[in-house]
Amino acid sequence: MRPALRRWVFLAGAAGLVAFYLWGLSGLPGFGNYPGPYGPAILRIAVAQTHATGVVSAVNFEYRGFDTVGEEFILFTAAAGTAIVLRMLRGERERPPADEARDRDVPPTSGAVRTVALMFTGPVVVAGWWLASHAQANPSGGFQGGVVLATAFILIYLAGEFLTFRRLSPTAIADAVEAAGAGGFAAIGLAAVCLGLPYLDNFLPLGQIPGAVSSSGTIALISFFVGLEVAAAFILIVSELLEQTLLIRHGGG
Amino acid sequence: MDQLFALSVAVPLLVAAALVGVKPLLSGRRRTLDALAILTAASVAAMLLVIMIRTDGGDRVYWFAGFRPFHGIVIGIDFAAGPLSAGLAALAAVLVTAVMIFSWRYFRQVATYYHALMLTFLAGMTGFCLTGDIFDLFVWFELMGVSAYALTAYRPEERGPIQGALNFAITNSVGAYLSLSGIGLIYGRTGALNMAQIGAYISRHPPDRLVAVAFLLIIAGLLVKGAIVPFHFWLADAHAVAPTPLCVLFSGVMVELGLYGIARVYWSMFGSALGHRAAISHLFLALGVATAVAGALFCFRERHIKRLLAFSTISHAGMFLAGIALLTPLGLAGTAVYVAGHAMVKGALFLCAGIVLHRLGSVNETWLHGRGRHLRITGVLFTLAGLGLADLPPFGTFLGKGWIEDTGSAHGMPWLTPVFILCAILVGGAVLRVAGGVFYGLGDPPAEDRRMAQEAAEETSETDGGGQRTPLSMLIPPAVLAALAVAIGLTPLGPAVEAAAVRFQDQAAYDATVLHGAHVAHPVAPFPVEAAGVTVPDVVTGLVSAAGALLLACLALYWRRLPALRRGYEPGTGLTALAEGFQSGVINDYVTWMVLGLACIGGVLALIIG
Amino acid sequence: MQVFPFIVVAWIAGVGLYGIVTSRNLIHQIVCLIVVQSSTYVLLLGVGYVTGAVAPYYYDVPVRTPAVDPVVQALALTDVVVEAAVTALLLSVAIQAHKRFGTLDPHELAEFKG
Repeated sequence: MRPALRRWVFLAGAAGLVAFYLWGLSGLPGFGNYPGPYGPAILRIAVAQTHATGVVSAVNFEYRGFDTVGEEFILFTAAAGTAIVLRMLRGERERPPADEARDRDVPPTSGAVRTVALMFTGPVVVAGWWLASHAQANPSGGFQGGVVLATAFILIYLAGEFLTFRRLSPTAIADAVEAAGAGGFAAIGLAAVCLGLPYLDNFLPLGQIPGAVSSSGTIALISFFVGLEVAAAFILIVSELLEQTLLIRHGGG
Repeated sequence: MDQLFALSVAVPLLVAAALVGVKPLLSGRRRTLDALAILTAASVAAMLLVIMIRTDGGDRVYWFAGFRPFHGIVIGIDFAAGPLSAGLAALAAVLVTAVMIFSWRYFRQVATYYHALMLTFLAGMTGFCLTGDIFDLFVWFELMGVSAYALTAYRPEERGPIQGALNFAITNSVGAYLSLSGIGLIYGRTGALNMAQIGAYISRHPPDRLVAVAFLLIIAGLLVKGAIVPFHFWLADAHAVAPTPLCVLFSGVMVELGLYGIARVYWSMFGSALGHRAAISHLFLALGVATAVAGALFCFRERHIKRLLAFSTISHAGMFLAGIALLTPLGLAGTAVYVAGHAMVKGALFLCAGIVLHRLGSVNETWLHGRGRHLRITGVLFTLAGLGLADLPPFGTFLGKGWIEDTGSAHGMPWLTPVFILCAILVGGAVLRVAGGVFYGLGDPPAEDRRMAQEAAEETSETDGGGQRTPLSMLIPPAVLAALAVAIGLTPLGPAVEAAAVRFQDQAAYDATVLHGAHVAHPVAPFPVEAAGVTVPDVVTGLVSAAGALLLACLALYWRRLPALRRGYEPGTGLTALAEGFQSGVINDYVTWMVLGLACIGGVLALIIG
Repeated sequence: MQVFPFIVVAWIAGVGLYGIVTSRNLIHQIVCLIVVQSSTYVLLLGVGYVTGAVAPYYYDVPVRTPAVDPVVQALALTDVVVEAAVTALLLSVAIQAHKRFGTLDPHELAEFKG
């Protein structure tokens, strides 16, 4: 279609679709009037049943844990897909990283950026680890912690140390950790099956104090595995992207 | 036995993770990798077949993490499957096994990720079929989708895979997000994510505007996946470039899963609440017939074999939707058998195309004319499968289509039969034209289209053989699939499949089973049960389609020798501009048509419900 | 303002789709896809909101305090992270397109027509 025609056709269709949507909105309870019953039911029983004070994590890793297995594997598949698409293709070879903009003067990484980035790397790792292991207590969780953990490694790249970044996170290790995370989650569920319980049943001791680190049984363990997997997946994705941009050149480079 | 529900999804996921985790160990051991993948897929198929057989007496429900509903409120996730759901998942697993065996020799070199992604694809399909929770359905839909995008982009060296993968990914993602919006809306209304609980809630109240909007949005993603006009444009692009084993899965099950999703969402959630069954039936019937005819017409003008088969899938998807849209148990049963037969036949056709690509290095019908003469077994299989596609008795396709036509005639739609015959003739004729031209060198090659020749020639990098003999591991899967297609047609499945369909359509029984653990011995569907057997009119229409397809193929191959037509140009060339206007290959156009299509369907729904 | 958030959802989705339809750059289209998905987050979170309630975390408030719906928050949380990875996959295909063919225009990359 010619672009002008396409725009009008789209606007007509979008107008119709939005009108249809607005027509139906009258059936929704207004904003702020969520009627339940799923939410209130979970809020009533979650803390007592799982000894976790972070109800969102309890929902994610316990009540709807099976959904989370699926989502985690989507992440796994996407990372694997990125690796496939960006792998070194035939006719390309690796060459040492160099700047592409040859006609410009590339300033070296500023000392301030370098210092601050490296200074923050350690604390960010600790923060990510803390997030990944406290899912049952407060608004933390494996997903959040994993992303923060990955950020720590990216800080190393930002500090101008791409080769260090690469050495610290070779693809094989990132792959293995990612697989361990994803497989670990699926395996915890399978362990429940081996014990004769339904898949992903919470079979570990729940602990005495709700919200403590050792409480909530499998929630904390699953959250940790998820954190590992998410961190490894994002490190893998970023290192593949960086390799593609910085290292891989077509033919004679 | 119930644990098999969880295992059928957990095992392929775990093995996929394991394969990636020990990648360095397996990098030299291609055969181990293949063997592990085949074994996993076969075991999943076995598990699902067991579930299918054991749920014959009633749907089984499996609650994950042991959270059963209390007071009718569901707090966990369930798998709730009957024979139809489990059967479809089993079909997917069988096809994946066949494809992995075919890949044994088809790909000379493949990364670990291929096997892992195939297994996650399988897990996604299995979860999609078995689940009873609408958000869980979305999750497995996304897993299926992402695995498919990654596998389609497997060879990003050429232009085609980039176009195919991106068009596929963006259209299906937009559809998925619209579905998620629908899920959000229905959750806002009912406060539930379990299909049975939602269905029970909304059917207690009169048909509602929000229910109509949520219904349209939820099935938006499923319509895109199911390749219904005007959401179908991505399918041909993706098929043309995806590795051939993957095309088997796309055409054989993935598209059908989209249609299954529509049936499931309708019968488990929205059926009673929407009401107006006749009007809704007509709406989807219109969509189905439009898709069937459009797909068939596009199919006939194609010269790229994989794209030709893709368009025929679109045509069949339309026929499946028409069968579901009739809303009768016999219609649903007929669609189920038709899907199974079609999957086997289409799978065999794609695998044979893969063999041609492997041995001859092209999928361009024009260039291949007469060059496939030495591929004798492949030629025979391709021709037989082509006849199966044209609904020749006793293939499973003939049986399923016959039932759909029977129920159509019985419910005031006798015109469905000639439409189906026409589509079968066009599609079967195209495939038989390819068979006759490529494998037997009959007639004259179709007019050379330089652009199509260029596109088809780029297929070479996917596989390389050119050897003297086609390996056995590549000949056995299509042969087995073709044999299974005939077996499906010959097995007296009628009463069992229709009973399963009735159970699928009884929303009250489903709600009782899931929410209260009740066992309903005699489910009742909204429309009465009709006899599901082989009638004389069915056989006649089957033979007519097959004969018509043969005739059309001969016509297409020999038209230049007919005195009446000799001085004219190749029929159909004038339509090329029109076809390219629609199937333009540009994602912007596809999304525009999607939005326009949804707006139109929404308008019709508003008129029906409002 | 009972339905205002839901109107915002339609606007965000519409803007994202408009971007996809009128764009000539793959990266732009993929980012517009992210925008479309963001509209679903607003919808989910908007649907679960309860006026005057706290966040569903009970480590510092008594267990019986009314809280907003935790389920939609859990759904949105996982979706955000997963979407980032899927976008990475799409962007990597776009990178290959640019590297191989020097163009990011979907019109020029369209090889199969009709």
